[in-house]
Amino acid sequence: MQKVIMGNHALSWGALLSRAEVIAAYPITPQTEVVELLSNMCADGDLDAQFIKVESEHSAMAASMGASAAGARTFTATSAQGLALMHEVLHWATGARLPIVMGNINRAMAPPWTIWTEQTDSISERDTGWLQIYTSSIQEILDSVIQAYKVAEQVYLPVMVVLDSFVLSHTNENCDIPDQKKVDAYLPKFNNEYKLDVNKPAAYGGLTGPDWYYELRYKIQKDTERSLDLFVETGKEFGEVFGREYGLVETYKMDDADTVLVTSASIASTARPVIDAMREEGHKVGLVRVRVFRPFPSDLMRKLLAGRKKVLVVDRNISFGMSGAFYEETKAALYNVKSSPPMWGYIAGLGGRDVPTNVVRDMIDQTLSEDHPEGDIIWIGVKK
Amino acid sequence: MSDEIKWTKESDMPLMAMSLGRMTVNKTGSWRNLRPIIDKEKCIKCGICWKFCPDVSIEIDEEDYPVVVLDFCKGCGICVVECPKDAIKMVKED
Repeated sequence: MQKVIMGNHALSWGALLSRAEVIAAYPITPQTEVVELLSNMCADGDLDAQFIKVESEHSAMAASMGASAAGARTFTATSAQGLALMHEVLHWATGARLPIVMGNINRAMAPPWTIWTEQTDSISERDTGWLQIYTSSIQEILDSVIQAYKVAEQVYLPVMVVLDSFVLSHTNENCDIPDQKKVDAYLPKFNNEYKLDVNKPAAYGGLTGPDWYYELRYKIQKDTERSLDLFVETGKEFGEVFGREYGLVETYKMDDADTVLVTSASIASTARPVIDAMREEGHKVGLVRVRVFRPFPSDLMRKLLAGRKKVLVVDRNISFGMSGAFYEETKAALYNVKSSPPMWGYIAGLGGRDVPTNVVRDMIDQTLSEDHPEGDIIWIGVKK
Repeated sequence: MSDEIKWTKESDMPLMAMSLGRMTVNKTGSWRNLRPIIDKEKCIKCGICWKFCPDVSIEIDEEDYPVVVLDFCKGCGICVVECPKDAIKMVKED
């Protein structure tokens, strides 16, 4: 079924088609429509799920954890300050190995109050152990929710499906709503082998000393690494069933590219016509859109970028005192590689500042005009 | 599931800390600075200390007297405050 829907509703549809059994969420701009539609779906009986009303995002995640521990497929969504309020329980969801899927709409952090897009909210949670998918279209949001459950439930780790506020959350696009029977076959009912069971009582998350905590962290890391292959497998299988294949990254005109733009989310969509225009002028430029940021696809990035002439990374986020996160991590992945190219790190679009094609073009032009980057951060368009 | 952890390597373990930290294994009595002493002469076996103990560290013996389980009692003193007959006092641990 084809339907014109907004990005937020793509999350709701993804949860519906995945047959989420429990939804616990607290509304926050720009995420509100996700919860509104899910509550309608539950009220109308289209979605057979328990809808738990909570008084904060911390409670939303806590309720999601309880539901997930009981074996239910659980969905929630938030944004910015709401995600930050969840921080403590985000660690708990990972440590308790609960395959919750959450939508996060990237909104810049306050103060000052703002509702426009920036990735610093979800980037701040990169060390919580949540797997993170950064999407760049309405269709991809819906498809990613379904794939997220398939990966999460194999590695027992939570997954965040991330989208830009307004640029994606409130933009309407034509979207293919997959057939429920096909989704059921792709994503069967989940049997959590560790779920709470009155017939097999156990203590969960009890005091664990230094003798075994280390091993539990080792296991999280190993399963996180394993999820890299699972993202590729599930994305490929999704392509076979639904005709849309997904991977860890999306590449564009990379075959003979000597200069590569690395970015994520909607800026990548803006960059495509810029790449096309520059190709017509004879510049060999290509694009890598990082889709799965946690785990970071370091091996793949090395394969894609080693030996290129120049790489520029555009970040719509900032780790104060260092640089943009995609830049940091791309650079880190390439460090021990002999043919590692020089790398330019641009910070653009903070607080929802528009990043139109001419700004993307400016960043590529500056990269082409220099032999080496000056400093770890290159600001673009600061009003000086 | 037995109380004692028997595995020797990470692959034997469940994914999460499931019954890793059962409190029958993790004894917390060593956290205590003050030890509650129950005076059987004053005790009327009302069970209030048993009810209020936040760590479920008071058991009732065959004669219905409360007994502090020193493997787990953290010495918070709530039993002392709640006892209607002042039958419990706290003494310093050596």
